[in-house]
Amino acid sequence: MSQATHSDVREDGVIESVSGPVVTATGLSARMNDVVYVGSEGLMGEIIEIEGDLTTIQVYEETSDVAPGEPVESTGAPLSVDLGPGILDNIYDGVQRPLEGLEEKMDSAFLDRGVDAPGIDIEKTWEFTPTVEDGDEVAAGDIVGTVPETESIEHKVMVPPDYDGGEVVDAKKGNFTVDETVVELDNGEEITMHQEWPVRQARPAGDKETPTDPLVTGQRILDGLFPVAKGGTAAIPGPFGSGKTVTQHQLAKWADADIVVYVGCGERGNEMTEVIEDFPELDDPKTGKPLMSRTSLIANTSNMPVAARESSVYTGITIAEYYRDMGYDVALMADSTSRWAEALREISSRLEEMPGEEGYPAYLGARLSEFYERAGYYQNSNGTEGSVTVVGAVSPPGGDFSEPVTQNTLRIVKTFWALDADLAERRHFPAINWDESYSLYRDQLDPWFTDAVADDWPEIRQWVIDTLDEESELQEIVQLVGQDALPADQQLTLEVARYIREAYLQQNALHDVDTYCEPAKTYRMMEAIKTLNDEAFDALDAGVPVDEITDIDAAPRLNRIGTTEGYEAFIEEIEADIAEELRGMYQ
Amino acid sequence: MKEYQTITEVSGPLVFVETDEPVGYDEIVEIETGDGEIRRGQVLESTSDHVAIQVFESTQGIDRECSVRFLGETMKMPVTEDLLGRVLDGTGQPIDDGPDIVPDERQDIVGKAINPVSREYPREFIQTGISAIDGMNTLVRGQKLPLFSGSGLPHNELALQIARQAEVPEEEEEGEESEFAVVFAAMGITAEEANEFMDDFERTGALERSVVFMNLADDPAVERTITPRLALTTAEYLAFEKGYHVLTIMTNMTNYCEALREIGAAREEVPGRRGYPGYMYTDLAGLYERAGRIEGVEGSITQIPILTMPSDDDTHPIPDLTGYITEGQIYVNRDLNSQGVRPPINVLPSLSRLMDEGIGEGLTREDHGDVSDQMFAAYAEGEDLRDLVNIVGREALSERDNKYLDFADRFESEFVDQGYNTDRTIDQTLDIAWDLLSDLPKEELNRIGEEYIEENYGDEETETSPEATAD
Repeated sequence: MSQATHSDVREDGVIESVSGPVVTATGLSARMNDVVYVGSEGLMGEIIEIEGDLTTIQVYEETSDVAPGEPVESTGAPLSVDLGPGILDNIYDGVQRPLEGLEEKMDSAFLDRGVDAPGIDIEKTWEFTPTVEDGDEVAAGDIVGTVPETESIEHKVMVPPDYDGGEVVDAKKGNFTVDETVVELDNGEEITMHQEWPVRQARPAGDKETPTDPLVTGQRILDGLFPVAKGGTAAIPGPFGSGKTVTQHQLAKWADADIVVYVGCGERGNEMTEVIEDFPELDDPKTGKPLMSRTSLIANTSNMPVAARESSVYTGITIAEYYRDMGYDVALMADSTSRWAEALREISSRLEEMPGEEGYPAYLGARLSEFYERAGYYQNSNGTEGSVTVVGAVSPPGGDFSEPVTQNTLRIVKTFWALDADLAERRHFPAINWDESYSLYRDQLDPWFTDAVADDWPEIRQWVIDTLDEESELQEIVQLVGQDALPADQQLTLEVARYIREAYLQQNALHDVDTYCEPAKTYRMMEAIKTLNDEAFDALDAGVPVDEITDIDAAPRLNRIGTTEGYEAFIEEIEADIAEELRGMYQ
Repeated sequence: MKEYQTITEVSGPLVFVETDEPVGYDEIVEIETGDGEIRRGQVLESTSDHVAIQVFESTQGIDRECSVRFLGETMKMPVTEDLLGRVLDGTGQPIDDGPDIVPDERQDIVGKAINPVSREYPREFIQTGISAIDGMNTLVRGQKLPLFSGSGLPHNELALQIARQAEVPEEEEEGEESEFAVVFAAMGITAEEANEFMDDFERTGALERSVVFMNLADDPAVERTITPRLALTTAEYLAFEKGYHVLTIMTNMTNYCEALREIGAAREEVPGRRGYPGYMYTDLAGLYERAGRIEGVEGSITQIPILTMPSDDDTHPIPDLTGYITEGQIYVNRDLNSQGVRPPINVLPSLSRLMDEGIGEGLTREDHGDVSDQMFAAYAEGEDLRDLVNIVGREALSERDNKYLDFADRFESEFVDQGYNTDRTIDQTLDIAWDLLSDLPKEELNRIGEEYIEENYGDEETETSPEATAD
């Protein structure tokens, strides 16, 4: 966390009242959204309302024992994040204080208040290699050098967006701390590896473009049926226990983004601990390097201060934008945006604002769209291309999707993965409901899939969707009359649909092999089930009774494809066996 | 210490006082009534010229002339190992006629958040001896696993059974008996329920290793908002400073939330869903998140909060917000209860989020995860078919469907129904599961690794079930 580095410290104020995280002060001259230090312990807060002489502050820390009359000191700068090498492989709270640093400073497993630490290590030296020479012209946003930040990511040092730019007069090479000047310009501007950026303001970028590449997630139902684009937005709503967090973890682990920013916003402490323990041990499927070396975690658990929860998603997306500016594809997971909305509601209610729907402030929709709009596929000003994909979990009360947060989110996002308590109860995971979910990216991503995987990808996907649709219609009849009362061809469709559900849609996140399914395997699995379908209907047409068709030995082996490592030979064998068995019945 | 006689307003549990010196937020206040009685309260809002105080006991008898003293500190809980075996009221005062408590330390009851980096992920399997929990919704040390129940259901019996039977089999084997303690926080339960708990604690000798906090139904509602904090502060001290493995039972969370709503209404706050305050999620998280383990520290806090869902509706804000914070939930089901299934746990909506890491080879048994998945799927299928049977009758169903229906029946009567005094080992639980699964055709067991099927699938229909013995 950083602020106050170039602050013009203004007049100090005095606390007037304290009520939970909301503190008012008098005599404070400060701008809206500036960061202030509250009380004798110097608790961090942010100005959220100015009315006459009275300034309202939301405090990011516990306010027990803070009393009126204590001082308030303004830093004169808005809430900002430290940007520079050292963000990856790190874990922060909602205002970018490094949690490991805090543990050390506080010498306790519990979070104390009034302790601050910079977001990036200001003492560590990094090896800087300039990519510009004396005499080169550089503008704001241009890349001037590189730093090996982690095993897998090369950090690009850029001219800060608020600089004028000019001619390089000195470009140094060697080891420097983040605050030492590495490149000097003729107009006197000095570039270091350290930038700051206010979190509530989107970083400037070039043109937003229509995304055409999928974010390959390795999850069959997502890649196959409801893909999200690099630079796109997706929402995962679902009641508790339906697997939002597991899905988010799977995306963070397996998505083919260069950088992953994971924001644990008001969620469980143990879940964050799981991420902290797991990620360093896992390898990135693309590079084989540890997953943590491309990941930055922001953990503001449910019992950490509510105001810091509100800011955590902004901290996350600002970091994501910074790496996008370097030309990386960044995926941001926010779990859960409902907790963030509730933080808004809580603070709004303390301010006694007029509530909108269900007590949420009237500006909820505006805030949500502002946030998701920071996603996108960009032509950066420095000539690179980068993207920020945002995947937000939503936790609707009672699993009811008609509530304000879900509805406001749906108006913005283009991919919707609806989680379903019924599926979760029967341990169908991922419990994504195929009837309710949708992706508006399908068409624009099809060229990529036909190019990279198979020509008939769109057709076979459509066949899967049609079969599932037909199944849900038939199920309604089956509920009334039982399956045996259906005509033979419909019984067969139900059988095929069952394999789609059990063999293809279900995927075991805990199984070493099944946890990640490459698009080629996803395609082959759809194809294998289609083979069963085609062969079975051929047999039916040839007069084979439906019971005999559904009873073949080869079909149940479809369920084992997901967990089989060298799947190619296995699938070919199953397909051959299915054909042989079924054809043997009538030929 | 400054004393004021400047009460300007008394409204429900709130008292407003004019002050001329600053008072800290959350500070503790003593109000002395005309007849010398002392009431305690806490500062809810502090401004430069007046404060709002939430009084824990009743505000009856408070008038404008009462004297108000600000103690200059926030609420503290005096903690010591000697608290074990003691019974306290909802504000932490002893009510068991025992000796005075000589505290080791006085700790702030609000508690600080555990740094996620310092947490240790819970992985130690706790054997409760209850098949529906051990087999399919496994509890681990440091977990918070609530019971979602309804009025008139035997959640107390279930909680007591867990408290009695809970053990960590691995440690028992190695002979390193770990120190185990129960912290029990009662919020607004009836005196009868309280007696039920106390009798059981005394009968089984559990009281010696328990600390009991009692806020009964006729105690002031506002007091309920501090009872769980006192209890958890005690639990934290025992767990993280004295190395105990603490099981914290909090009952009934519904009463706690009602108290929160009452205070919110008295303060004229903007209400959230169904009149509960908008900060209820944060408030509950401040309690539930105090469960867990800390790296390098011996002890642990496992929480079993109990709540009764108004009209059995789990979308009601209390169970809903709880479910979003806790690591799973156990549903106590009314239909199963009326069928005489004891404990009447409905496993389908129940869940333990920490189960996956706490089971398997070296922890429970290598086939545990697969078996559990298969049991869930099979029981869900059987349940679905029951609806169909009501319409078309059993004869209209295929042989496969009938097997699933039989499975669902046996599942309830043999796996779930075990009585409150039967303590099954995890091996017994899994053996019963295999006995049930062996009624299904082998190829239906698509969630179980082939090697486990080979080993455990009983082909003979006549094989008797290794039923656990009742003690």
